[in-house]
Amino acid sequence: MESLDDEGVVLRVGEVAARHGDDPHRLVQILRDVQAALHHVPAAALDGLAQRLGLARVQVEGVATFYSHLSATARGHYHFLFSDGYTDRMLGREALVEQLCAALGVERGVPSADGRVTIEDTACTGLCDQGPAGLVNGRPLSGLGPMRIETIAGLVKLGVPVDEWPQELFDVADNIHRRDLLLAGPIQSGDGVRAVLERGAEATLAEVERAGLRGRGGAGFPTARKWGFCRQAEADERVVACNADEGEPGTFKDRVLLHTQPDLVFEGMTVCARVIGARRGLVYLRGEYAFLREPLEAVLAERRRQGLLGKAILGAEGFDFDIEIHLGAGAYICGEESAMIESLEGHRGTPRIRPPFPVVSGYLGLPTVVDNVESFAAAGAIAAHGGDWFCACGTAESTGTKLLSVAGDCARPGIYEFPFGVTVAEVLEACGGSGARAVQVGGPSGTCIGQTEFSRRIAFEDLATGGAFTVFGPGRDMVEVALHHSRFFAHESCGFCTPCRVGTSVLAQGLERIARGGAGRADLEPLKQLSGVMRSMSHCGLGMTAANPFMQTLERFPEDYEERLAGDDVMPAFDLDAALAEARALSGRDDAHAHLEQRHG
Amino acid sequence: MADGTITIDGQTVPFTEGQTIMQAAEAAGVYIAHLCHHPEFRPHGSCKLCTVKAGGRHVAACTAPASDGLEVENESEELAAGRRALLQLLFVEGNHYCPFCERSGNCQLQALAYRYGMVEPHFPHFYPQREVDASHPDVVLERNRCILCALCVRASRDVDGKHVFDIVGRGIHARLAVNSASGRLADTDLAPGDRALEVCPVGAIIVRGRGFAVPIGERLYDHRPINEIGNRVPESEQ
Amino acid sequence: MSKIRIATTSLAGCFGCHMSILDIDEKLFDLAAVAEFDRSPITDIKQCGPCDIGIVEGGVCNAENVEVLREFRRHCKVLIACGACAITGGIPALRNGVPLVECMAEAYLDGIGTENPSRTVPNDPELPLLLNRVHPIQEVVRIDHFLPGCPPPAEAIWQAISDLLAGREPTLSYTQLHYD
Ligand SMILES: Cc1cc2nc3c(=O)[nH]c(=O)nc-3n(C[C@H](O)[C@H](O)[C@H](O)COP(=O)(O)O)c2cc1C
Ligand code: SF4
Ligand code: SF4
Ligand code: FES
Repeated sequence: MESLDDEGVVLRVGEVAARHGDDPHRLVQILRDVQAALHHVPAAALDGLAQRLGLARVQVEGVATFYSHLSATARGHYHFLFSDGYTDRMLGREALVEQLCAALGVERGVPSADGRVTIEDTACTGLCDQGPAGLVNGRPLSGLGPMRIETIAGLVKLGVPVDEWPQELFDVADNIHRRDLLLAGPIQSGDGVRAVLERGAEATLAEVERAGLRGRGGAGFPTARKWGFCRQAEADERVVACNADEGEPGTFKDRVLLHTQPDLVFEGMTVCARVIGARRGLVYLRGEYAFLREPLEAVLAERRRQGLLGKAILGAEGFDFDIEIHLGAGAYICGEESAMIESLEGHRGTPRIRPPFPVVSGYLGLPTVVDNVESFAAAGAIAAHGGDWFCACGTAESTGTKLLSVAGDCARPGIYEFPFGVTVAEVLEACGGSGARAVQVGGPSGTCIGQTEFSRRIAFEDLATGGAFTVFGPGRDMVEVALHHSRFFAHESCGFCTPCRVGTSVLAQGLERIARGGAGRADLEPLKQLSGVMRSMSHCGLGMTAANPFMQTLERFPEDYEERLAGDDVMPAFDLDAALAEARALSGRDDAHAHLEQRHG
Repeated sequence: MADGTITIDGQTVPFTEGQTIMQAAEAAGVYIAHLCHHPEFRPHGSCKLCTVKAGGRHVAACTAPASDGLEVENESEELAAGRRALLQLLFVEGNHYCPFCERSGNCQLQALAYRYGMVEPHFPHFYPQREVDASHPDVVLERNRCILCALCVRASRDVDGKHVFDIVGRGIHARLAVNSASGRLADTDLAPGDRALEVCPVGAIIVRGRGFAVPIGERLYDHRPINEIGNRVPESEQ
Repeated sequence: MSKIRIATTSLAGCFGCHMSILDIDEKLFDLAAVAEFDRSPITDIKQCGPCDIGIVEGGVCNAENVEVLREFRRHCKVLIACGACAITGGIPALRNGVPLVECMAEAYLDGIGTENPSRTVPNDPELPLLLNRVHPIQEVVRIDHFLPGCPPPAEAIWQAISDLLAGREPTLSYTQLHYD
């Protein structure tokens, strides 16, 4: 491994910063590049960047320590991040991680003795339909099994650089099983932009309104209203930002859209730019999707060539707009729109105080539309085909279609584009998941339902969803599911506000106790109360929904909890006998008084 | 949004354009619980102690704008229970040994806990390992007591123009760091007289030589609750 | 009318809370008129029998503390956590930031004035075995009432006891509730 002294580090990060124009607003991008070049962000890099960018060192440190893809200690030249989504677990990822660790003689989370290899866990990487999955040096690994792990271990042992590994290891499938409005009839690139030029900005906005398009990121805010607010906001400059952070475990439809319909997404952004009068477009692409960057850049370059981006788009004087791709660095919270803007500005991903909303004061204080990838794709199609085409599909309150990311216990995981209003049972039927015990609609922050509710509909007025549809078959243990996701939220809390920062950890610990049979019925009460406080007092949606997996599984699958509860009373909050182990070892004792029963006698 | 009035627990409170619920309340002498809010600094909104119900929705009073006719519920049983839970979370997150803390009796965290009748921490203690920084000749940074309110961050950055403090790390690993390569306070440009030294609501930033100056029984919150006397900066400890 | 029975104990505490119990001064006579003490440092009874009220000072730092606490929980209808150490771990919990191996070394091997030629940590069932961390007592058993303070003021202790004697829920006034 290349090893630089502090001076060397400072020089190196200086070069990186220079490539980014020494722009402090590009700090997250700069730190990503430093991590890639040096396999970590060493202390000297913090000093170097602080000086170079005119920031306080502690501020740079704050950013560098926020994102999980950045590390203060060196990661290996072969850096594996294994996706730890629950569906990966269902597909046996634990054994595979163990297998690779054993084959390479590496302990999980600890660099190998020679520093060449690191193997770590990471949150769901958005390849749930082809898991177990992971990343090596940022490149996707999917459909992992014992054979593939053996191949990979062999390549590492031989010292083959990742760039020279067989391409098929990195293949990512689209797995589209049902196509409708967006996936069936892609528009010709330029159709949307031409339409907006012909129709005019105002009429296009009216068309989006007529379509009844609502945000596909999950919250379902009417897109035309958002664009209208931004258009009205007083400013010389406005910004279009595409939210491609797709961090909700179980969601991967934005990946497929960006892979199969990038033009449509950029079309939508360009339409939006014309409607609100923006010159700058930004895509915030989650770090796990870095492999999509090159193909997307190629599409952008082609669009520039076709006059669909850049100055005077399609010859329209004054219609200047271009799109730039920013990468995330491992933080689910950066999918929250104001945290995303903070990250785009080179800061920690802390959600902002709202109001003001991004449409009034967003990126660099400019009015900014933040929309989901799928929302832009739909807007692009609506511009080309008109609002009536769109709202002919779906329900009155939820027009159009929804891309569902289906994964878990079903025969055909992948992407299903259904008109809104489809029932959970119908989706299960289509994907070969009938007989499921539970479905998590919208990921862990969404709604987890059991069989009696499978007649409910996917729609904003019933089961709202950003697109995850995760199927849990008959034998699945819902306490384990809740525990897994409560750990996810604890890991991803930004740490800004009290209820979420502390509450998510308390809740995860509580669920750990429950899961290992270490809780009594009376121990549930504080957790229920805490869940209510998190919901009502948290600063953003993460904290507000972080207790959903616990509350919903407790309500709908009480039997999974019942069978674990150790009586009605409280149980010790920690493992008593384990708490004596160290003293036993130090004193050499093992007599009766050197042990404690967990249950009260 | 123009000037107007809101009601807080039924009491009419006027506000001027741009004021938050907290600012309107303060101007009218109505107390709303808070820790990370300080009238002289930009709203932050992280502790959530000031959560009220405004128009039926939970909002942080220190960041939510007042709007004409808004009905605010402040001292209800439900909100008191929620605030108590937040205080309990803050207590178990850190290491708060009130019996030997220099700020005990003058501490806003403790005072709010008294105010909301918190007799026990309710959640399991974390007992985190946190560094105490005693490197500075004039100041001790006792991170065990830090509640991450970022008041010192704001004071140092926005008033002292120094950026001595900031919060680093994520989630439960968030911690207060200082601006020096060594990580030591002594190597920052913190100096006596800095505003950052006078804003900590708890006993995390302790100016040397001032501790325990006021005997028990005469401290700020010994006899009257915080909602009656409000906050006072630690100069009172001199 | 038979007298109510009260048991008290000090776990990982300093007996300061017990001193505060004695500080109710002349009210001790009122108390003696209606109550008698079961297991308590006051009586030197070693095993707790059926009691109405148990008062526990101190957190749990070792296996014996856990056993005594459970004995109290089994025998006392109402269990009161008395003082900062019982409720938060208190001063003894300061060792939670120090690895147990260092605590043991300080106590048995390297501490000033320690003479231990064998340089081993004693292997003696008579010595309560240390937990790796000190915990408050509500993290081990259900606690009915809490009296914070280091120690709780005598008035708070008397308030709680007299409330219980009168069949009321113990409630502390503003000045009776403090943590130091
Ligand atoms: C914790 C959290 C994570 C989020 N993650 C995403 C995300 O990955 N992608 C997304 O489009 N929206 C996400 N959102 C919602 C965004 O804040 C925002 O509502 C959305 O991007 C708006 O776009 P839309 O109106 O097109 O849905 C998230 C919200 C929260 C609270
Ligand atoms: S709710 Fe959680 S993620 Fe959102 S601001 Fe609070 S700590 Fe951060
Ligand atoms: S040291 Fe004090 S002022 Fe600074 S963040 Fe911590 S609690 Fe707030
Ligand atoms: S005072 Fe409002 S959130 Fe802290």
